[in-house]
Amino acid sequence: MTIKSFILGALMALCAASPAAAASSITINGSTTVLPIVQKSAEHFMASYPDISVILSGGGSGTGLKSLLDGITDVAMSSRDLKPSEQRLAAGKNMRLVRTTIAVDALVPVVSPKNPVTDLSLEQLRDIFAGRITNWKDVGGNDGAIVVVNRDNSSGTYECWKELVMKDARVMPGALTQASNGGVVQNVATNPNAIGYIGMGYLNATVKSLSIGGVRATAASALARQWPLSRELYLFTSGTPAGGTAKFMDFMLDPRLGQQDVLKAGYVPIAK
Amino acid sequence: MKTRAEQCTAWLLAGISTLSILSMAGIVLFLLLDGLPFFRDHSPAEFLLGLHWYPTDEPMEFGILPLMAGSLAVTALATLMAVPVGVATAVYLSEVAGPGVRRIVKPFVELLAALPSVVIGFFGMVVVAPFLQEYLGASTGLNLLNAGCMLAFMSIPIICSVAEDAIHAVPGALREASLSLGATQWETIWHVVLPAAGSGIGTAVMLGMSRSIGETMVVLMVAGGAAVVPSSVFDSVRPIPASIAAEMAEAPFHSEHYYALFATGIVLILFTLVFNAAAFRMAEKNRSGADC
Repeated sequence: MTIKSFILGALMALCAASPAAAASSITINGSTTVLPIVQKSAEHFMASYPDISVILSGGGSGTGLKSLLDGITDVAMSSRDLKPSEQRLAAGKNMRLVRTTIAVDALVPVVSPKNPVTDLSLEQLRDIFAGRITNWKDVGGNDGAIVVVNRDNSSGTYECWKELVMKDARVMPGALTQASNGGVVQNVATNPNAIGYIGMGYLNATVKSLSIGGVRATAASALARQWPLSRELYLFTSGTPAGGTAKFMDFMLDPRLGQQDVLKAGYVPIAK
Repeated sequence: MKTRAEQCTAWLLAGISTLSILSMAGIVLFLLLDGLPFFRDHSPAEFLLGLHWYPTDEPMEFGILPLMAGSLAVTALATLMAVPVGVATAVYLSEVAGPGVRRIVKPFVELLAALPSVVIGFFGMVVVAPFLQEYLGASTGLNLLNAGCMLAFMSIPIICSVAEDAIHAVPGALREASLSLGATQWETIWHVVLPAAGSGIGTAVMLGMSRSIGETMVVLMVAGGAAVVPSSVFDSVRPIPASIAAEMAEAPFHSEHYYALFATGIVLILFTLVFNAAAFRMAEKNRSGADC
Protein backbone atom coordinates (compact mmCIF):
# COMPACT_ATOMS: atom_id res chain seq x y z
CA MET A 1 0.00 0.00 0.00
CA THR A 2 1.40 3.37 -0.93
CA ILE A 3 1.48 6.20 1.57
CA LYS A 4 -1.02 8.19 -0.46
CA SER A 5 -3.65 5.47 -0.56
CA PHE A 6 -2.96 4.85 3.10
CA ILE A 7 -3.66 8.47 4.01
CA LEU A 8 -6.71 8.43 1.79
CA GLY A 9 -7.92 5.29 3.53
CA ALA A 10 -7.35 6.85 6.92
CA LEU A 11 -9.26 9.97 5.87
CA MET A 12 -12.15 7.93 4.54
CA ALA A 13 -12.20 5.96 7.76
CA LEU A 14 -12.43 9.20 9.68
CA CYS A 15 -15.17 10.59 7.48
CA ALA A 16 -17.20 7.46 8.00
CA ALA A 17 -16.62 7.99 11.75
CA SER A 18 -17.68 4.48 12.60
CA PRO A 19 -15.47 2.59 15.04
CA ALA A 20 -15.33 -0.49 12.80
CA ALA A 21 -13.96 1.47 9.86
CA ALA A 22 -11.01 2.66 11.96
CA ALA A 23 -9.86 -0.92 12.50
CA SER A 24 -6.79 -0.50 10.30
CA SER A 25 -5.48 2.61 12.00
CA ILE A 26 -5.86 4.36 15.33
CA THR A 27 -5.26 8.09 15.63
CA ILE A 28 -4.06 9.24 19.05
CA ASN A 29 -3.48 12.86 19.99
CA GLY A 30 -3.05 14.94 23.15
CA SER A 31 -0.98 15.46 26.29
CA THR A 32 2.79 15.45 25.98
CA THR A 33 2.96 14.05 29.53
CA VAL A 34 1.13 10.89 28.43
CA LEU A 35 2.91 10.81 25.07
CA PRO A 36 6.09 8.95 26.16
CA ILE A 37 4.00 6.09 27.59
CA VAL A 38 1.76 5.73 24.56
CA GLN A 39 4.73 6.08 22.22
CA LYS A 40 6.47 3.08 23.79
CA SER A 41 3.23 1.06 23.92
CA ALA A 42 2.27 1.96 20.35
CA GLU A 43 5.59 0.59 19.08
CA HIS A 44 5.08 -2.68 20.95
CA PHE A 45 1.40 -2.80 19.95
CA MET A 46 2.17 -2.41 16.26
CA ALA A 47 4.75 -5.17 16.53
CA SER A 48 2.08 -7.50 17.92
CA TYR A 49 -0.70 -6.32 15.56
CA PRO A 50 0.95 -5.61 12.20
CA ASP A 51 -2.45 -4.95 10.55
CA ILE A 52 -3.22 -2.00 12.85
CA SER A 53 -1.17 1.16 12.64
CA VAL A 54 -1.12 3.81 15.35
CA ILE A 55 -0.83 7.45 14.26
CA LEU A 56 0.45 9.38 17.25
CA SER A 57 0.95 13.08 17.90
CA GLY A 58 1.34 15.40 20.90
CA GLY A 59 0.02 18.92 21.25
CA GLY A 60 -1.41 19.07 24.76
CA SER A 61 -4.42 17.70 26.64
CA GLY A 62 -6.71 20.47 25.38
CA THR A 63 -5.80 19.90 21.75
CA GLY A 64 -6.31 16.14 22.10
CA LEU A 65 -9.76 16.49 23.65
CA LYS A 66 -10.79 19.07 21.07
CA SER A 67 -9.73 16.71 18.26
CA LEU A 68 -11.74 13.93 19.87
CA LEU A 69 -14.80 16.15 20.08
CA ASP A 70 -14.29 17.19 16.44
CA GLY A 71 -14.08 13.53 15.44
CA ILE A 72 -10.59 13.80 13.97
CA THR A 73 -8.92 11.54 16.51
CA ASP A 74 -9.88 8.14 17.95
CA VAL A 75 -8.18 8.49 21.29
CA ALA A 76 -7.28 11.62 23.26
CA MET A 77 -4.43 11.55 25.77
CA SER A 78 -5.01 13.81 28.74
CA SER A 79 -3.29 14.63 32.01
CA ARG A 80 -6.49 16.15 33.40
CA ASP A 81 -10.22 15.42 33.57
CA LEU A 82 -12.77 17.05 31.27
CA LYS A 83 -13.46 20.72 31.84
CA PRO A 84 -17.14 21.77 32.21
CA SER A 85 -16.91 23.48 28.81
CA GLU A 86 -15.76 20.24 27.18
CA GLN A 87 -18.54 18.28 28.91
CA ARG A 88 -21.11 20.75 27.56
CA LEU A 89 -19.62 20.47 24.08
CA ALA A 90 -19.79 16.66 24.22
CA ALA A 91 -23.40 16.79 25.44
CA GLY A 92 -24.27 19.18 22.62
CA LYS A 93 -22.86 16.73 20.07
CA ASN A 94 -24.55 13.76 21.75
CA MET A 95 -21.14 12.22 22.43
CA ARG A 96 -20.35 10.11 25.45
CA LEU A 97 -16.66 10.45 26.29
CA VAL A 98 -15.25 7.47 28.16
CA ARG A 99 -12.33 8.02 30.49
CA THR A 100 -9.74 5.27 31.08
CA THR A 101 -6.97 5.75 33.65
CA ILE A 102 -3.75 4.24 32.32
CA ALA A 103 -1.13 5.49 34.76
CA VAL A 104 -0.42 7.71 37.73
CA ASP A 105 2.02 10.57 37.44
CA ALA A 106 3.65 11.32 40.79
CA LEU A 107 6.14 14.11 41.43
CA VAL A 108 8.60 13.92 44.28
CA PRO A 109 10.53 16.84 45.81
CA VAL A 110 14.17 15.82 46.22
CA VAL A 111 17.17 17.16 48.14
CA SER A 112 20.73 16.01 48.65
CA PRO A 113 21.18 13.08 51.08
CA LYS A 114 23.43 15.45 53.09
CA ASN A 115 20.48 17.74 53.78
CA PRO A 116 18.98 17.03 57.25
CA VAL A 117 15.48 18.18 56.20
CA THR A 118 13.14 15.22 55.62
CA ASP A 119 9.67 16.70 55.53
CA LEU A 120 8.05 19.87 54.20
CA SER A 121 4.46 21.00 53.93
CA LEU A 122 2.93 21.90 50.58
CA GLU A 123 2.89 25.56 51.69
CA GLN A 124 6.59 25.45 52.56
CA LEU A 125 7.36 23.90 49.15
CA ARG A 126 5.38 26.62 47.42
CA ASP A 127 7.10 29.39 49.43
CA ILE A 128 10.54 27.92 48.70
CA PHE A 129 9.88 27.73 44.97
CA ALA A 130 8.30 31.19 44.91
CA GLY A 131 11.39 32.61 46.64
CA ARG A 132 9.59 33.57 49.88
CA ILE A 133 11.62 31.14 52.00
CA THR A 134 15.28 31.44 51.05
CA ASN A 135 17.23 29.77 53.85
CA TRP A 136 17.14 26.14 54.96
CA LYS A 137 17.20 27.16 58.64
CA ASP A 138 13.67 28.57 58.23
CA VAL A 139 12.36 25.06 57.54
CA GLY A 140 14.43 23.22 60.17
CA GLY A 141 17.63 22.65 58.23
CA ASN A 142 21.17 24.00 58.37
CA ASP A 143 22.01 27.65 57.75
CA GLY A 144 22.40 27.88 53.98
CA ALA A 145 20.80 29.64 51.03
CA ILE A 146 18.27 27.38 49.29
CA VAL A 147 19.13 26.64 45.66
CA VAL A 148 15.88 26.02 43.79
CA VAL A 149 16.11 23.75 40.75
CA ASN A 150 13.21 24.10 38.33
CA ARG A 151 12.35 22.41 35.04
CA ASP A 152 12.19 24.21 31.69
CA ASN A 153 8.95 26.05 30.90
CA SER A 154 7.87 23.59 28.21
CA SER A 155 8.04 20.49 30.34
CA GLY A 156 4.92 18.56 31.38
CA THR A 157 6.55 17.97 34.75
CA TYR A 158 6.75 21.73 35.27
CA GLU A 159 3.09 22.06 34.28
CA CYS A 160 2.19 19.43 36.86
CA TRP A 161 4.27 21.08 39.59
CA LYS A 162 2.71 24.44 38.81
CA GLU A 163 -0.79 22.98 39.03
CA LEU A 164 -0.32 20.87 42.19
CA VAL A 165 2.14 22.98 44.21
CA MET A 166 2.47 26.54 42.98
CA LYS A 167 -1.26 27.19 42.42
CA ASP A 168 -1.34 30.97 41.78
CA ALA A 169 2.25 31.65 42.81
CA ARG A 170 5.11 31.75 40.34
CA VAL A 171 8.39 29.93 40.47
CA MET A 172 10.96 32.65 41.13
CA PRO A 173 13.01 33.80 38.13
CA GLY A 174 16.24 33.08 40.03
CA ALA A 175 15.56 29.33 40.06
CA LEU A 176 18.05 27.17 38.16
CA THR A 177 16.65 25.39 35.13
CA GLN A 178 17.32 21.84 34.05
CA ALA A 179 15.96 20.41 30.83
CA SER A 180 15.38 16.86 32.08
CA ASN A 181 14.54 14.79 35.16
CA GLY A 182 18.04 13.34 34.98
CA GLY A 183 19.52 16.84 34.98
CA VAL A 184 17.63 17.71 38.16
CA VAL A 185 18.85 14.53 39.87
CA GLN A 186 22.45 15.26 38.88
CA ASN A 187 22.19 18.87 40.04
CA VAL A 188 20.55 18.09 43.39
CA ALA A 189 22.89 15.16 44.08
CA THR A 190 25.96 17.40 43.85
CA ASN A 191 24.63 20.39 45.79
CA PRO A 192 23.76 19.98 49.50
CA ASN A 193 21.60 23.14 49.43
CA ALA A 194 19.59 22.34 46.32
CA ILE A 195 15.95 21.29 46.08
CA GLY A 196 14.23 20.06 42.94
CA TYR A 197 11.38 17.84 41.83
CA ILE A 198 11.27 14.81 39.56
CA GLY A 199 8.88 12.14 38.32
CA MET A 200 8.74 9.24 40.78
CA GLY A 201 10.28 6.87 38.22
CA TYR A 202 13.53 8.84 38.27
CA LEU A 203 14.26 8.49 42.00
CA ASN A 204 17.61 6.90 42.80
CA ALA A 205 20.04 6.61 45.68
CA THR A 206 21.96 9.81 44.89
CA VAL A 207 19.06 12.01 46.01
CA LYS A 208 16.69 11.95 48.99
CA SER A 209 12.94 12.25 48.52
CA LEU A 210 11.08 14.49 50.96
CA SER A 211 7.82 13.51 52.59
CA ILE A 212 5.01 16.02 52.45
CA GLY A 213 3.06 16.55 55.68
CA GLY A 214 4.25 13.13 56.90
CA VAL A 215 3.14 11.23 53.79
CA ARG A 216 5.96 9.34 52.13
CA ALA A 217 6.25 9.16 48.37
CA THR A 218 5.73 5.55 47.35
CA ALA A 219 3.96 3.88 44.45
CA ALA A 220 1.32 2.70 46.96
CA SER A 221 0.62 6.16 48.38
CA ALA A 222 0.48 7.58 44.86
CA LEU A 223 -2.03 4.91 43.76
CA ALA A 224 -4.14 5.48 46.86
CA ARG A 225 -4.11 9.20 46.04
CA GLN A 226 -2.70 9.97 49.50
CA TRP A 227 0.42 11.47 47.99
CA PRO A 228 -0.56 15.07 47.30
CA LEU A 229 1.60 15.42 44.20
CA SER A 230 0.01 12.75 42.09
CA ARG A 231 -2.44 12.89 39.24
CA GLU A 232 -3.99 10.27 37.03
CA LEU A 233 -3.24 10.13 33.33
CA TYR A 234 -6.11 9.29 31.03
CA LEU A 235 -7.03 8.11 27.58
CA PHE A 236 -10.43 9.39 26.41
CA THR A 237 -12.49 7.69 23.72
CA SER A 238 -15.83 8.51 22.20
CA GLY A 239 -18.16 5.79 23.50
CA THR A 240 -16.89 2.41 24.67
CA PRO A 241 -13.85 1.59 22.57
CA ALA A 242 -14.37 -1.02 19.85
CA GLY A 243 -12.33 -2.71 17.14
CA GLY A 244 -8.64 -1.76 16.99
CA THR A 245 -9.07 0.94 19.60
CA ALA A 246 -10.44 -1.62 22.07
CA LYS A 247 -7.48 -3.90 21.35
CA PHE A 248 -5.12 -1.00 22.03
CA MET A 249 -6.87 -0.10 25.30
CA ASP A 250 -6.63 -3.70 26.48
CA PHE A 251 -2.96 -3.70 25.52
CA MET A 252 -2.37 -0.48 27.50
CA LEU A 253 -4.00 -1.86 30.65
CA ASP A 254 -2.34 -5.28 30.52
CA PRO A 255 0.07 -5.53 33.49
CA ARG A 256 2.58 -7.46 31.41
CA LEU A 257 2.37 -5.23 28.31
CA GLY A 258 1.29 -1.58 28.39
CA GLN A 259 1.76 -1.18 32.13
CA GLN A 260 5.41 -2.22 31.74
CA ASP A 261 5.80 0.69 29.33
CA VAL A 262 4.25 2.96 31.98
CA LEU A 263 6.98 1.87 34.38
CA LYS A 264 9.71 2.32 31.76
CA ALA A 265 8.49 5.83 30.94
CA GLY A 266 8.96 6.78 34.59
CA TYR A 267 5.35 6.74 35.78
CA VAL A 268 3.41 4.59 38.26
CA PRO A 269 1.44 1.68 36.77
CA ILE A 270 -2.16 1.34 37.92
CA ALA A 271 -2.35 -2.45 38.01
CA LYS A 272 -0.25 -4.61 40.27
CA MET B 1 39.88 31.38 -24.70
CA LYS B 2 38.60 29.02 -22.02
CA THR B 3 37.99 25.41 -22.83
CA ARG B 4 34.57 23.89 -22.35
CA ALA B 5 35.75 21.95 -19.31
CA GLU B 6 37.11 25.09 -17.68
CA GLN B 7 33.86 26.90 -18.24
CA CYS B 8 31.89 24.02 -16.74
CA THR B 9 34.13 24.02 -13.67
CA ALA B 10 33.68 27.77 -13.30
CA TRP B 11 29.89 27.42 -13.41
CA LEU B 12 29.97 24.50 -11.02
CA LEU B 13 32.07 26.40 -8.49
CA ALA B 14 29.87 29.47 -8.82
CA GLY B 15 26.83 27.27 -8.22
CA ILE B 16 28.35 25.70 -5.13
CA SER B 17 29.33 29.04 -3.64
CA THR B 18 25.83 30.39 -4.29
CA LEU B 19 24.46 27.39 -2.40
CA SER B 20 25.95 28.59 0.89
CA ILE B 21 24.56 32.10 0.33
CA LEU B 22 21.15 30.66 -0.54
CA SER B 23 21.05 28.42 2.53
CA MET B 24 22.02 31.38 4.75
CA ALA B 25 19.27 33.46 3.16
CA GLY B 26 16.84 30.57 3.57
CA ILE B 27 17.62 30.21 7.26
CA VAL B 28 17.23 33.94 7.89
CA LEU B 29 13.96 34.01 5.95
CA PHE B 30 12.63 31.03 7.89
CA LEU B 31 13.67 32.67 11.16
CA LEU B 32 11.89 35.90 10.20
CA LEU B 33 8.74 34.09 9.03
CA ASP B 34 8.43 32.22 12.30
CA GLY B 35 9.72 34.98 14.56
CA LEU B 36 8.01 38.13 13.30
CA PRO B 37 4.40 36.92 13.93
CA PHE B 38 5.24 37.23 17.62
CA PHE B 39 5.21 41.01 17.27
CA ARG B 40 1.56 41.05 16.15
CA ASP B 41 0.49 40.73 19.79
CA HIS B 42 3.55 41.98 21.63
CA SER B 43 5.52 45.19 21.34
CA PRO B 44 9.28 44.99 20.75
CA ALA B 45 9.80 47.19 23.82
CA GLU B 46 7.94 44.74 26.05
CA PHE B 47 9.94 41.90 24.50
CA LEU B 48 13.39 43.47 24.72
CA LEU B 49 13.00 45.28 28.03
CA GLY B 50 10.72 42.91 29.95
CA LEU B 51 12.27 41.45 33.08
CA HIS B 52 10.24 38.26 33.28
CA TRP B 53 10.35 35.21 31.06
CA TYR B 54 7.26 33.08 31.81
CA PRO B 55 6.22 31.81 28.36
CA THR B 56 3.89 29.07 29.61
CA ASP B 57 2.39 30.59 32.76
CA GLU B 58 -0.88 32.44 33.05
CA PRO B 59 -0.55 35.33 32.27
CA MET B 60 2.29 34.75 29.81
CA GLU B 61 5.25 37.09 29.99
CA PHE B 62 7.91 37.31 27.29
CA GLY B 63 10.66 39.59 28.60
CA ILE B 64 14.09 38.61 27.28
CA LEU B 65 16.18 41.27 29.01
CA PRO B 66 17.49 38.71 31.56
CA LEU B 67 18.32 36.32 28.70
CA MET B 68 20.18 38.99 26.74
CA ALA B 69 21.98 40.09 29.91
CA GLY B 70 22.96 36.46 30.49
CA SER B 71 24.32 36.09 26.98
CA LEU B 72 26.29 39.33 27.13
CA ALA B 73 27.60 38.60 30.63
CA VAL B 74 28.98 35.14 29.78
CA THR B 75 30.47 36.48 26.55
CA ALA B 76 32.12 39.44 28.27
CA LEU B 77 33.53 37.27 31.05
CA ALA B 78 34.79 34.64 28.60
CA THR B 79 36.41 37.33 26.42
CA LEU B 80 38.03 38.94 29.45
CA MET B 81 39.68 35.63 30.28
CA ALA B 82 40.35 34.33 26.79
CA VAL B 83 41.88 37.42 25.15
CA PRO B 84 44.98 37.81 27.37
CA VAL B 85 45.64 34.07 27.34
CA GLY B 86 44.95 33.65 23.63
CA VAL B 87 46.99 36.64 22.50
CA ALA B 88 49.87 35.85 24.89
CA THR B 89 49.97 32.28 23.55
CA ALA B 90 50.00 33.64 20.00
CA VAL B 91 52.87 36.02 20.79
CA TYR B 92 54.81 33.24 22.50
CA LEU B 93 54.29 30.82 19.62
CA SER B 94 55.25 33.20 16.83
CA GLU B 95 57.84 35.45 18.50
CA VAL B 96 59.45 33.66 21.40
CA ALA B 97 59.19 29.88 21.15
CA GLY B 98 61.79 27.91 19.26
CA PRO B 99 60.64 25.72 16.36
CA GLY B 100 60.80 22.57 18.53
CA VAL B 101 58.49 23.94 21.26
CA ARG B 102 56.23 25.44 18.64
CA ARG B 103 55.86 22.10 16.90
CA ILE B 104 54.61 20.53 20.12
CA VAL B 105 52.52 23.35 21.62
CA LYS B 106 50.68 24.51 18.52
CA PRO B 107 48.91 21.19 17.76
CA PHE B 108 47.73 21.04 21.38
CA VAL B 109 46.21 24.51 21.17
CA GLU B 110 44.48 23.49 17.97
CA LEU B 111 43.33 20.26 19.56
CA LEU B 112 41.55 22.37 22.19
CA ALA B 113 39.43 23.81 19.37
CA ALA B 114 38.45 20.31 18.31
CA LEU B 115 37.13 19.35 21.76
CA PRO B 116 33.37 18.75 21.43
CA SER B 117 31.44 21.38 23.40
CA VAL B 118 29.45 18.72 25.23
CA VAL B 119 32.71 17.36 26.67
CA ILE B 120 33.69 20.82 27.89
CA GLY B 121 30.18 21.24 29.35
CA PHE B 122 30.48 17.91 31.10
CA PHE B 123 33.84 18.92 32.54
CA GLY B 124 32.28 22.15 33.83
CA MET B 125 29.42 20.23 35.39
CA VAL B 126 31.29 17.47 37.20
CA VAL B 127 34.66 19.08 37.93
CA VAL B 128 34.37 22.87 37.98
CA ALA B 129 30.90 23.17 39.56
CA PRO B 130 31.67 21.13 42.72
CA PHE B 131 34.99 22.98 43.00
CA LEU B 132 33.25 26.37 42.93
CA GLN B 133 30.74 25.18 45.53
CA GLU B 134 33.31 23.74 47.90
CA TYR B 135 36.24 26.13 47.69
CA LEU B 136 34.80 29.46 46.60
CA GLY B 137 31.55 29.22 48.56
CA ALA B 138 29.23 29.62 45.59
CA SER B 139 25.67 28.59 46.42
CA THR B 140 25.62 26.72 43.13
CA GLY B 141 28.54 25.84 40.89
CA LEU B 142 26.39 26.19 37.79
CA ASN B 143 26.86 29.91 37.35
CA LEU B 144 28.21 32.80 35.31
CA LEU B 145 31.82 32.17 36.36
CA ASN B 146 31.72 28.50 35.40
CA ALA B 147 30.11 29.22 32.01
CA GLY B 148 32.57 32.07 31.39
CA CYS B 149 35.55 29.79 32.10
CA MET B 150 34.26 27.02 29.85
CA LEU B 151 33.51 29.45 27.01
CA ALA B 152 36.96 30.99 27.44
CA PHE B 153 38.36 27.49 27.00
CA MET B 154 36.53 27.22 23.70
CA SER B 155 37.46 30.63 22.34
CA ILE B 156 41.16 30.60 23.32
CA PRO B 157 42.20 28.37 20.36
CA ILE B 158 40.26 30.54 17.89
CA ILE B 159 41.68 33.78 19.27
CA CYS B 160 45.16 32.25 19.44
CA SER B 161 45.32 30.91 15.91
CA VAL B 162 43.79 33.99 14.23
CA ALA B 163 46.02 36.31 16.30
CA GLU B 164 49.05 34.18 15.49
CA ASP B 165 48.37 34.54 11.76
CA ALA B 166 48.14 38.31 12.21
CA ILE B 167 51.40 38.47 14.15
CA HIS B 168 53.05 36.22 11.63
CA ALA B 169 51.99 38.58 8.82
CA VAL B 170 53.85 41.51 10.39
CA PRO B 171 56.78 42.16 8.01
CA GLY B 172 60.15 41.02 9.33
CA ALA B 173 61.67 44.34 8.30
CA LEU B 174 59.68 46.09 11.05
CA ARG B 175 61.13 43.80 13.73
CA GLU B 176 64.66 44.15 12.36
CA ALA B 177 64.37 47.92 12.23
CA SER B 178 63.21 48.02 15.84
CA LEU B 179 65.94 45.66 17.04
CA SER B 180 68.61 47.54 15.14
CA LEU B 181 67.54 50.74 16.87
CA GLY B 182 68.46 49.07 20.14
CA ALA B 183 65.03 47.95 21.33
CA THR B 184 64.92 44.71 23.31
CA GLN B 185 62.81 41.78 22.06
CA TRP B 186 60.14 42.62 24.64
CA GLU B 187 60.04 46.28 23.54
CA THR B 188 59.84 45.17 19.91
CA ILE B 189 56.87 42.89 20.63
CA TRP B 190 55.07 45.47 22.77
CA HIS B 191 55.71 48.63 20.72
CA VAL B 192 56.08 47.32 17.19
CA VAL B 193 54.69 43.85 16.53
CA LEU B 194 51.47 44.05 18.55
CA PRO B 195 50.39 47.50 17.23
CA ALA B 196 51.17 46.36 13.66
CA ALA B 197 49.06 43.24 14.14
CA GLY B 198 46.37 45.22 16.01
CA SER B 199 43.49 44.91 13.60
CA GLY B 200 44.19 41.21 13.06
CA ILE B 201 44.07 40.67 16.81
CA GLY B 202 40.82 42.64 16.85
CA THR B 203 39.41 40.20 14.29
CA ALA B 204 40.53 37.33 16.51
CA VAL B 205 38.74 38.82 19.52
CA MET B 206 35.52 39.40 17.56
CA LEU B 207 35.51 35.85 16.20
CA GLY B 208 36.11 34.55 19.70
CA MET B 209 33.17 36.59 21.03
CA SER B 210 30.92 35.44 18.25
CA ARG B 211 31.84 31.85 19.14
CA SER B 212 31.00 32.48 22.80
CA ILE B 213 27.65 34.17 22.28
CA GLY B 214 26.37 31.49 19.94
CA GLU B 215 27.58 28.50 21.93
CA THR B 216 24.64 26.43 23.18
CA MET B 217 25.65 23.16 24.78
CA VAL B 218 28.11 24.57 27.28
CA VAL B 219 25.78 27.27 28.58
CA LEU B 220 22.87 24.85 28.67
CA MET B 221 24.92 22.54 30.88
CA VAL B 222 26.83 24.89 33.17
CA ALA B 223 25.21 28.36 33.26
CA GLY B 224 22.47 27.24 35.66
CA GLY B 225 19.52 28.61 33.73
CA ALA B 226 18.13 31.27 36.06
CA ALA B 227 16.34 33.94 34.02
CA VAL B 228 17.67 36.89 36.02
CA VAL B 229 20.00 39.80 35.30
CA PRO B 230 23.19 38.71 37.10
CA SER B 231 24.65 40.88 39.85
CA SER B 232 27.72 38.76 40.68
CA VAL B 233 29.82 36.14 38.91
CA PHE B 234 28.34 33.52 41.23
CA ASP B 235 24.80 34.16 39.97
CA SER B 236 23.23 31.67 37.60
CA VAL B 237 22.33 33.00 34.19
CA ARG B 238 20.34 31.84 31.21
CA PRO B 239 21.91 32.86 27.91
CA ILE B 240 19.63 33.00 24.84
CA PRO B 241 20.86 29.79 23.14
CA ALA B 242 20.32 27.76 26.34
CA SER B 243 16.78 29.07 26.64
CA ILE B 244 15.93 28.19 23.04
CA ALA B 245 17.49 24.74 23.28
CA ALA B 246 15.72 23.87 26.52
CA GLU B 247 12.26 24.99 25.45
CA MET B 248 12.03 24.51 21.69
CA ALA B 249 11.49 20.76 21.68
CA GLU B 250 8.17 20.91 23.47
CA ALA B 251 6.80 24.33 22.58
CA PRO B 252 3.55 23.61 20.68
CA PHE B 253 3.91 24.31 16.95
CA HIS B 254 2.83 27.88 15.99
CA SER B 255 1.93 28.79 19.56
CA GLU B 256 2.90 32.11 21.06
CA HIS B 257 5.75 30.44 22.91
CA TYR B 258 7.03 29.00 19.61
CA TYR B 259 6.98 32.41 17.90
CA ALA B 260 8.63 33.99 20.94
CA LEU B 261 11.50 31.50 20.78
CA PHE B 262 12.04 32.29 17.10
CA ALA B 263 11.96 36.01 17.89
CA THR B 264 14.68 35.35 20.50
CA GLY B 265 16.58 33.57 17.75
CA ILE B 266 16.39 36.71 15.61
CA VAL B 267 17.91 38.73 18.45
CA LEU B 268 20.70 36.17 18.80
CA ILE B 269 21.49 36.20 15.10
CA LEU B 270 21.64 40.02 15.23
CA PHE B 271 24.21 39.77 18.02
CA THR B 272 26.45 37.36 16.10
CA LEU B 273 25.98 39.43 12.94
CA VAL B 274 27.33 42.50 14.74
CA PHE B 275 30.38 40.60 16.00
CA ASN B 276 31.09 39.05 12.62
CA ALA B 277 30.66 42.36 10.80
CA ALA B 278 33.10 43.95 13.24
CA ALA B 279 35.57 41.11 12.64
CA PHE B 280 35.14 41.52 8.88
CA ARG B 281 35.74 45.28 9.02
CA MET B 282 38.88 44.84 11.08
CA ALA B 283 40.15 42.17 8.69
CA GLU B 284 39.57 44.55 5.76
CA LYS B 285 41.48 47.29 7.55
CA ASN B 286 44.27 44.82 8.21
CA ARG B 287 44.52 43.92 4.54
CA SER B 288 44.69 47.52 3.36
CA GLY B 289 47.24 48.23 6.12
CA ALA B 290 49.45 45.40 4.96
CA ASP B 291 49.38 46.66 1.40
CA CYS B 292 50.85 50.06 2.05
